[in-house]
Amino acid sequence: MQTPLEAIDLCCVRGERTLFEGLSFTLKGGDLLRIGGPNGSGKTSLLRIACGLLEPESGEVRWGGESILRLKEEFWVRLLYIGHANALKDDMSAAENLGVASTLAGIVADRRQVAEALARLGLAGRENLPVRVLSQGQRRRAALARLALGAAVPLWVLDEPFTALDAKAVENVQELMRGHVSRGGAVLYTTHHEADIGAAGSRRIDLAGGK
Amino acid sequence: MIAALRCVIVRDLRLAARRSSDVLTVLLFFVIVVSLFPLGVGPDPKLLRVVAPGVLWVAALLASMLALGRVFAQDHADGTLEQMMMGATPLGLVVAAKVLAHWLVTGLPLVLISPILALQFDFPQDLLGVLILSLALGTPILGLIGAIGAALTLGLRGAGALLSLLVLPLYVPVLIIGAGAADAAASGLGGQAQLLILGAMLIVAAAFAPWASAAALRISVE
Repeated sequence: MQTPLEAIDLCCVRGERTLFEGLSFTLKGGDLLRIGGPNGSGKTSLLRIACGLLEPESGEVRWGGESILRLKEEFWVRLLYIGHANALKDDMSAAENLGVASTLAGIVADRRQVAEALARLGLAGRENLPVRVLSQGQRRRAALARLALGAAVPLWVLDEPFTALDAKAVENVQELMRGHVSRGGAVLYTTHHEADIGAAGSRRIDLAGGK
Repeated sequence: MIAALRCVIVRDLRLAARRSSDVLTVLLFFVIVVSLFPLGVGPDPKLLRVVAPGVLWVAALLASMLALGRVFAQDHADGTLEQMMMGATPLGLVVAAKVLAHWLVTGLPLVLISPILALQFDFPQDLLGVLILSLALGTPILGLIGAIGAALTLGLRGAGALLSLLVLPLYVPVLIIGAGAADAAASGLGGQAQLLILGAMLIVAAAFAPWASAAALRISVE
């Protein structure tokens, strides 16, 4: 990933609370940046700002020197965001969900690739069940299967990817993240999971909490 | 891009098919409202013939308003809307695809069933064409305008009442011109003028409403 993501002097205000201000960081290829901090300290808001879903009170996020709010789709095709919500349709199967999600993101994936991605997250044999009947952890896996198809997308932004996952699945996801960083991609994520992903470019920013 | 739009339409149609009760509610509402009028107003064919276009139009308008809340609500609740916002396709086009899919499941059935319902009003058959055409042109306008309101009120408490208040004033011109088409045809003037105006309104709405909805969605999701 040649073009770095730069956050410049970000300030986020939600309601009356200033969650953080003067926050700057740079994320370039091979970086694995973890955002830490207690509940309500603005981790999700920061990730949403970095994705362009939320406008910061002041400051700017740039991709290759240009504001992401101006780049829009040009930036979003280079971004894979998995938020708190799994973005799965209860009435569709995991395979259908993944197919739709990747088409919307501009990733071309055929049926076999979709099945392989789901199998990588341990959902082999369940890909055609409606998401409604899957457990919480299996739904999270189905959402995270997008990572297995998103190798070519340079920037991953993951909000609490490990919630509801069992140890094996956590290891799977960490492996995907390690692989992505070693390919030269960048990952920005939050987690309360104390686990060392063990990639060279690991860094951590802690948000102190609101003032 | 075309693939993404087709994917959105197919997805929404598939979801509607798997949850067909939602769709049937709208159609049933339309059928019930229209069918109650001849019973309530009385069997005078002359009177029924006069009120028919108005009744069908008002019922179609209310039915489409009933369905509005669902255009974005579920996608917003489960997070898929955010993903659409960060997709490779401009959000305005995705919204247009969603509104089209929404119309196919909630608007088109009303248009198709209206000739049968018009029988209850002894509506002259040679004027049926104008009535159906006016509904076919009008209901997508209602959907497009309604999508702006639905996007603005997304995630609010009491969104339903607010949505009606927001959208109704914008629906009124469509209603007047739409119902006027069949009236004009009945009085021998021909409904062409009204149909052309409806067509123009549809083109303008299709060109601008999705982008307005997209802007409203970005505000709502923040």
